[in-house]
Amino acid sequence: MRYEAPQDVEAAVRILAAEQGAYVLAGGTDLLVKLRSDMIEPEVVVDIKRIAGMKAITAEDGGWRIGAAVSGAEMGEHAGLCADWPGVVEAAGLIGSTQVQGRATLAGNLCNASPAADSVPAMVAAGAVVRVVGPKGTRDVDVIDIPKGPGKTTLAAGEFIASVFLPARGARSGDAYLRFIPRTEMDIAVVGCGVALGLDEAGKVSAARVALGAVGPKVMLVDTAAEALIGRVLDEAALADLAAACSAAATPIEDKRGTVDFRRHVSGVLARRAAVIAEARAKGEKA
Amino acid sequence: MSRIHVTTKINGDETEFLCDAEATLLDVLRDELGLTGTKEGCGTGDCGACSVTVDGRLVCSCLMLGAEAEGREIATIEGMAAGEVLHPLQKKFIEMAALQCGICTPGILVAAKSLLERNPDPSEEEVRYWLAGNLCRCTGYDKIIRAVLETAADMRRAS
Amino acid sequence: MALDDSKKVKNFKVVGTRPNRPDGIDKVTGRARFGADMVAPGMLTGRILRSPHAHARILRIDASKAEALPGVKAVVTRADFGDVPDHVADVMDNCMAGDKALYDGHAVAAIAASSAAVARKALKLIEVDYEVLPHVTDVDEAMKPGAPVLHEGRQQETVPSGMSGNVIARSEFGHGDIEAGLAKADRVVERTYRTGATHQGYIEPHACLATMSADGQGDLWVCTQGHYMVRNVCAAILGLEQGQLRVTASEIGGGFGGKTVVFLEPVALMLAKKSGRPVKMVMSRSEVLRATGPTASTSIDVKIGMTKEGRITAAFAELRYQGGAYPGSPVDMGAMSAFAPYDLENVKTVGWDVVTNRPKAAAYRAPGAPMAAYAVESAIDELAKGFGLDPLAVRLMNGADEGTKASYGPTYPAIGLKATLEAAHRHPHWTAPLGENQGRGVACGFWFNFGGDTCVSLNVTPDGTVTVSEGNPDIGGSRASMTMMAAEELGIPYDQVRTIIADTGSLGQNEVTDGSRVTFAVGLATIEAARAAKREMCRRAAMIWGIDEEAVEWEDGAARPAGPNAGKFPPMTIKEIAAVASNTGGPIAGHHEVTAEGAGVSFATHMVDVEVDPETGATKILRYTVFQDAGRAVHPSYVEGQFQGGAVQGIGWALNEEYIYGEDGILQNAGFLDYRIPVASDLPMIDTVILEIPNPGHPYGVRGVGETSIVPPLAAVANAVSAAAGVRMTRLPMSPPRVLAAMQAAKG
Repeated sequence: MRYEAPQDVEAAVRILAAEQGAYVLAGGTDLLVKLRSDMIEPEVVVDIKRIAGMKAITAEDGGWRIGAAVSGAEMGEHAGLCADWPGVVEAAGLIGSTQVQGRATLAGNLCNASPAADSVPAMVAAGAVVRVVGPKGTRDVDVIDIPKGPGKTTLAAGEFIASVFLPARGARSGDAYLRFIPRTEMDIAVVGCGVALGLDEAGKVSAARVALGAVGPKVMLVDTAAEALIGRVLDEAALADLAAACSAAATPIEDKRGTVDFRRHVSGVLARRAAVIAEARAKGEKA
Repeated sequence: MSRIHVTTKINGDETEFLCDAEATLLDVLRDELGLTGTKEGCGTGDCGACSVTVDGRLVCSCLMLGAEAEGREIATIEGMAAGEVLHPLQKKFIEMAALQCGICTPGILVAAKSLLERNPDPSEEEVRYWLAGNLCRCTGYDKIIRAVLETAADMRRAS
Repeated sequence: MALDDSKKVKNFKVVGTRPNRPDGIDKVTGRARFGADMVAPGMLTGRILRSPHAHARILRIDASKAEALPGVKAVVTRADFGDVPDHVADVMDNCMAGDKALYDGHAVAAIAASSAAVARKALKLIEVDYEVLPHVTDVDEAMKPGAPVLHEGRQQETVPSGMSGNVIARSEFGHGDIEAGLAKADRVVERTYRTGATHQGYIEPHACLATMSADGQGDLWVCTQGHYMVRNVCAAILGLEQGQLRVTASEIGGGFGGKTVVFLEPVALMLAKKSGRPVKMVMSRSEVLRATGPTASTSIDVKIGMTKEGRITAAFAELRYQGGAYPGSPVDMGAMSAFAPYDLENVKTVGWDVVTNRPKAAAYRAPGAPMAAYAVESAIDELAKGFGLDPLAVRLMNGADEGTKASYGPTYPAIGLKATLEAAHRHPHWTAPLGENQGRGVACGFWFNFGGDTCVSLNVTPDGTVTVSEGNPDIGGSRASMTMMAAEELGIPYDQVRTIIADTGSLGQNEVTDGSRVTFAVGLATIEAARAAKREMCRRAAMIWGIDEEAVEWEDGAARPAGPNAGKFPPMTIKEIAAVASNTGGPIAGHHEVTAEGAGVSFATHMVDVEVDPETGATKILRYTVFQDAGRAVHPSYVEGQFQGGAVQGIGWALNEEYIYGEDGILQNAGFLDYRIPVASDLPMIDTVILEIPNPGHPYGVRGVGETSIVPPLAAVANAVSAAAGVRMTRLPMSPPRVLAAMQAAKG
């Protein structure tokens, strides 16, 4: 294995495009585990952290562009980002330990393509768009379109994610992410749910995006859950419909982390709870 | 396959080493540099025994390549005491019996120091969550949490 | 050695205080050297190739490609070891498979190479042909006729004919007449409980560094709970003289019973022998979980009858423990301890030792007892609640006391069970209000405590300070305790004594650090060694003063004339006597070698509050209090630490820890990510109440404290969760999916 730390995107793309067994190293918190357990045997590892912009969080069009090597800890220390997209920041903050937070990135969490990745449902709910760079140039892709299945992405050979863009947060809107794990920390999500809501002046839901993780081969955007909320006040009936829509949409498997019934049920529970938090944030309440 | 030359600063000292591309920072610290105070409990970032700071940021040294250390400043448990003067956390851990076997202790001390540098007045809950990635199987965490809280209080009083 | 009556009246000066541990600075600065921290010049890296199958015949191992790889210095398979004595045959087979691989992760070959990278590459070049066989990992399935059988011809005569060959042994304990007792009960509870297999979960993986010379001399540096055991077992396996193999115990990063056996050591010695180079071996975490000692998973039937006043009329339990791939699950200790806290007229337990395609169970803190206590204490709780009785009062009513004939045979001397129950009843925790979805649970637990072979050598240096050499690895502060007892006995300050763990060349045989024996047995030997040194120092003073030895007594670190008739001499301190030792007969020392007896059983009562999320089945531990008899708490901080650590391991066992096997017999969670031990944020503070009912078998009254603390928590947490969830939980761990499913089923 070789280690390369290119100084610019072009050089990185060149190396990645040239070799079959080339892997991108950002935070490394998934890559090194795979390396050590012999799950992968890279020819070359391309460390993108020395490329300009990869460690930056910059304001753009009322939203935020987050470099691919920005760690969860750095996001959590960014006041503007925390104020606009607390759900995304919290979701990133749930990945692993404090130590893992020091390295793990949104882009890495997305490209690892685990259906249980914590930050992905939150980014999907937020309508995040990633900037992909590669041999054929640059393209912007919705986060939901990056994972193809467990461990697989839609990125072409030589491509990598350079940044994640979180759009401008609308007026009277808020987001939240919750996951269920058996312990209080250090586990992989058994179910994850991201919710982003916009309210009209009367307090009714005018926009909603609900995403579920760990209940299918990839993170899913649940349109029926959004439809259950739009035009309604978040009362008990609306929340019950939301929960039912999420439970119905979930298509989980049974594995060492949870059963099918449990995951379906908890999908609804988390959606309700996350929606309540998102609504409070949309109303400007502390939550 | 030639080895990679890395120049870094470890516990304040300019340090050069050669490493394979696959070698983790933990491998380098323990096997190349003889800094065995940093422990390997899992190799997958799940136990925190290998905690160090890189440019002031708490990380698992098992989840970082040695080659990535180029130009960085690394702090390990070996650099925590100033000569024979222990860091207040080290002193308190001994006084309050916040260790039994001691294998997790270096990682926990490095992590706790990093917490107190950011937050000199953490709540019990904040300490518990900050240290959630540092597994201890002996103590049930009680005396560790108390020692960190008491050290924080002592350091606030002293400053 | 009986309780020293003089100590009942005399106040302790050192014992009972909380001095800094002698290895403290080494441990907080990273200087302490653990198993993987040692190096030797020219050292090779050893690695093990492990079976990917749960059960398979090994048809062929071809290591020629690995051997041809530059940097590979030795390859070892079972064939290298030849025949080994019967008493180590299973240990050998567990360290390196013979004809069959018996579990996922079973060692089949090993290599020593010039670097970790070469070793890793070489492992992939070893070709093994397997004939995959049907496997079984569940205890109840393994007992069924027709289950795949691991071993032929291992079944003992105690097992009725017609049972599966996996059933190795049956044991039975108790007294009285169960049927007659049940007939007197107002209610009988009969249930089956199941517990998952858990791992000790020490943070330090197994590691050793071996050197082996052609002349039969070997040296081994190893993290172990018993380096004398390592020496004896390795010598037997490799055909060495015990005296030629010197084993040095490293600092040990946790063991909890899991480091009371060998895994790597004989292999490392064989690699060192074949390569002629030192060989270091360190396990990965996944190797630790796949191939080292988990505890037994169990299936337990309990039948208990109780009168409406709360008196237990009969108690029966049938315990089925699978102990992995070889005979020797801890079922006997489960069967003996199940009802040990109670004074019962009619009691019987039956134990079944069963083998399955899992790693061989190693001891885990009070081996066998926590699962039995879970089943029994759950049933007692259910009966007490059913009658609307106070569960602590019911336990007090039935509780064992001095003079009680224990269910496993002996009659108890002074014991502390009732003291723990009474303390629990008095404690504010017991009456603290509970909120919605919250529940409180209590449970009792028992552990035997061990004694065993022990040697201590105490030397007085020329400047009058003292060194103590003992042979038991210090797993949680025991050097502090030995130092304190030596200082107490000699009447000198704590910092005038230094205790070390001596290698196997320095002392006689020492039993491993197990059975909560060290503070008791090594403490006892330390006290006796100090007394021997005191006698010698009194003799020297008598010689100097020209009076009878009997006319000299030892007090406060000095020899003094005993009474006015002995003559008027100023006291001679230990320093003064040591300074002139060369002129009075030579260096001064005391030593003691003993097979310690009278360990003194130990009891605890635990109390826990939990909250169960009715929508997810998740359990949060809100409050926890341990009440345990320590006999005499030598260093109270480390006694509290043992209480807290055991309680939290029990919480993990109760809630989340579990070996999960797939249909293919492969371990699904061989890492700390999915083998979920408690993390700091899962827990509240663990409150402790130390009771001190002196052990009549120890001069200071010390009882072992390390193991009892893991016995009650499984049941205490289960009783609390059952109360909060409104449904009796009969299977551990009580993971959220299980709790939620049970709650939903109870609602109908």
